Amino acid sequence: MIVRISGEDQYRLADDDAGQLNELEHAVVAAVESGNEDGFAPAFAAMLDYVRANGELVGDDELDSSDVILPPADVTFAEAGSEFTGEGLIPD
Amino acid sequence: MAGLTGRMSTVVKAKVSKLLDRAEDPAETLDYSYQKQVEQLQNVKKGIADVVTAKKRLQMQESSLQQSVVKLDTQARQALASGKEDLARTALERKNVAQTELQGLDTQVAELEDQQQKLTDSEQKLRAKIEAFRTKKEVIKAQYSAAEAQVRISEAATGVGEQMADVGLAMQRAVDKTENMRARADAVQELEAAGTFDDITQLGGGEDDIDRQLKELSSQPAVDDELAKMKAELGQGAAAPAAPQIASGESAPASGDGQS
Repeated sequence: MIVRISGEDQYRLADDDAGQLNELEHAVVAAVESGNEDGFAPAFAAMLDYVRANGELVGDDELDSSDVILPPADVTFAEAGSEFTGEGLIPD
Repeated sequence: MAGLTGRMSTVVKAKVSKLLDRAEDPAETLDYSYQKQVEQLQNVKKGIADVVTAKKRLQMQESSLQQSVVKLDTQARQALASGKEDLARTALERKNVAQTELQGLDTQVAELEDQQQKLTDSEQKLRAKIEAFRTKKEVIKAQYSAAEAQVRISEAATGVGEQMADVGLAMQRAVDKTENMRARADAVQELEAAGTFDDITQLGGGEDDIDRQLKELSSQPAVDDELAKMKAELGQGAAAPAAPQIASGESAPASGDGQS
C-alpha cells in the first residue's frame, strides 16, 4: 500500500503494516477527540515516524496514486481538530 | 487492499480527491492534460515567488528597525550625557519596542524561509512527476490501442494530479501563514508611520500619544535596567552627579509670541 505524508513524500508499505498504522492513527484521533493537546503531537509524530521508518520511498518518476494520505507533519492541534468538524486543510 | 479505515486519513483523502476532481477531467485529451499540468507548475512557481516577496518585505522592515535600534541607542546615550534623563528614557522605551518587533520579525522570516524551502522541494517533485508523465504518455500512445492507452494515461494522470493537489495544499498553508504575518508587518509599519522610531531630538516638550502608547508597549523593567547600565557606563552611577546641573525647567517659549 502507498501512504503519502502531505507536503513530504509517498512511501510504499507492506499491507501487513496497515494494522499497526491503524492503531497509531486511532491514538491520534482519540487525542483530538478528547481535547488532549499534549498527547496529540507525540501520537501524530509516532504515526509519521512509523511510515518513514517502515516505508520505502516512492520514486519521483513513479506515477502511482496513494491509498492513504496523511496530514502534513506541521499540522497543528487546532487544524487537526477542524479536520473532523469544520473546513479542514482544504476548504470544501 | 488493506487500507486504513481511520477517520483522519479518510477525511484527508476525500478532500484531496475533491481537489483532484477539480483538477482533472478524464474526458480531456492526453496532450491537453499534460499542457494543463505544465500550466499548473507555473502557478506553483508564482506561489513560491509570492512567499519570497513577503519574506523580502519583512527583511526590509528588519533592516530599517535595526537602524532605528542603533540610532535610538546613540540618542539615549547623548541625552543622558547631557543630563536629559527623560529624553534618554523615551529613546530607550522606543528602542525596546523596536527590539521586540525585531524578534517577532526574525521568527517570521525564519518561518517563511521554511515554507519557501518546502514549496521549492514540492515544486521539484511535481516537475519530476510531470516529466515522467510526458514520457509515459508517449510510450503508451505508441504501444497500446487508443482505448487501453486512455485507461493507462488516466491512471498516470491521477498520480500526477495527487502530487499537484498536495502542492496546492502546501501552497494554501503558505498563503495562510503569509496572511497571518501581514498583520504584524502592518503593525510595525503603523508604528513607523506614527514616527515611533524617528529622531527623538525632534520631539517637542510634553508627552504625546505615541509616548503614552509606547510606555504600555515597552517593558519598563527592561528599560530601567538599560538606563541604569547606561548611566554606569557614563560614570553617572547612583552617586550625585558631579557636574553642576542646570536648574530644571525648560526654556519654554514665551506665551503668545507673535504667532497669530
